Amino acid sequence: MVCVRGPLRKLTGGRPEHELQGATVLALLQALEAAYPEVDGWILDERGLIRRHINVFVNGGRAGEASDVRSGDRVEVIPAITGG
Amino acid sequence: MTELVVGTKKGLFVLEGEPGEGFEIQTRAFAGQPVDFATRDPRSGRLLATVTSPFYGPKIFYSDDAGADWEQAEGAALPEGGDRALERIWVIACGQDSGTVYAGGDPGVLFESRDGGASWEINAGLWEQPSRPHWQPGGGGLCLHTICTWPGDPDRLAVAVSAAGMWLTEDAGRTWRRGNEGIVPRYLPQEALADENAGRCVHHVERAPKRPERMFMQFHGGVYRSDDAGASWTDIGGGGLPSDFGFPLMIDPADPDSAYVIPLVADMDRVTPDGRVRVYETRDGGASWAARGDGLPSEHAYLTVLRQAFARAAEGDALQLYFGATSGDLFGSGDAGATWTTVATRLPPVFSVEAS
Repeated sequence: MVCVRGPLRKLTGGRPEHELQGATVLALLQALEAAYPEVDGWILDERGLIRRHINVFVNGGRAGEASDVRSGDRVEVIPAITGG
Repeated sequence: MTELVVGTKKGLFVLEGEPGEGFEIQTRAFAGQPVDFATRDPRSGRLLATVTSPFYGPKIFYSDDAGADWEQAEGAALPEGGDRALERIWVIACGQDSGTVYAGGDPGVLFESRDGGASWEINAGLWEQPSRPHWQPGGGGLCLHTICTWPGDPDRLAVAVSAAGMWLTEDAGRTWRRGNEGIVPRYLPQEALADENAGRCVHHVERAPKRPERMFMQFHGGVYRSDDAGASWTDIGGGGLPSDFGFPLMIDPADPDSAYVIPLVADMDRVTPDGRVRVYETRDGGASWAARGDGLPSEHAYLTVLRQAFARAAEGDALQLYFGATSGDLFGSGDAGATWTTVATRLPPVFSVEAS
């Protein structure tokens, strides 16, 4: 389950949650891009890296591109709180 | 009626009014987001804006209904799978062919659109320059911030990259050559000047449309003129300027001998000299400069004007000039810089101004 908010929700059909298949965070985010091409470039940059100021959590824990994802896991994509 | 399209740190503003008679804000878009550059294509009426979300990266958007609705353009990105990501899009410029629009960004990348800005492709000739691995970024990144077209000739283009210098093409961007002869970066040791990859920190360039081989450059310490289409440059930074450091530069399209600069103290103190805001004008190709400050703040005014925040409309005696500062102040002149009025105050920090 991939959860998005803010403008990402608008770009993914207006839905906050998406059931997708993938063994890693990167695979899931690429599956999200494949399902919704409008989100291409918004979460992952051209290198295939999660943008610097976006945080991804798997079941509440910080995760990166290579983090494993299992069936039933909850993957949340959240803009980072930045600044002072 | 003059329209000002203003990119700021917190959104896009469109103002309308008459010089000297006041302007009103008509539109605000991209609230809260940095709008690095915005312009209206006079051929189509389309508004184009470059927006760099701190979260979601740089994008180009366009609007065909005066800013009410915006569409994201396609293709303004680096090739996937490389080792770089697009950091920011600094400028958009209309081309000479119908529908052609250019965009420049960081890392030193040029994009081209043939459909008025709805879709973009990277210019491979510049992207694949063999010297690219040796290009050095300026303080604002490796930004391609200046795009000078050649009136009537779509094959000829000049672009400037901080700090990879000037690049010139005469075959529509298939091949490029440098155009830095005569430029003397004072921040480099003498021994490094022979290294063409050592930083040439161009800040802004304008071409004189009635004599296209003539160009004016604001450099990182130096004001220059070229009479051979950007191949070589002559220092014109003396002759009355309080400083030859600054970012923006503008010209009067009716007069190839004209240029306007807004000097700042120096790279270590990027504010208007002596707490006075003044525009400097030359009408003799840079041999002499005269201060134009009637109506501008003249006491305890320490403003910073960025490279894209100086614009013009019309020409000759009707030339209008506008510039914005990071203070959020916006100033305008309806008489070629002789007198000035305050167009707006308390805007977010102004990144870019375009007038039409």
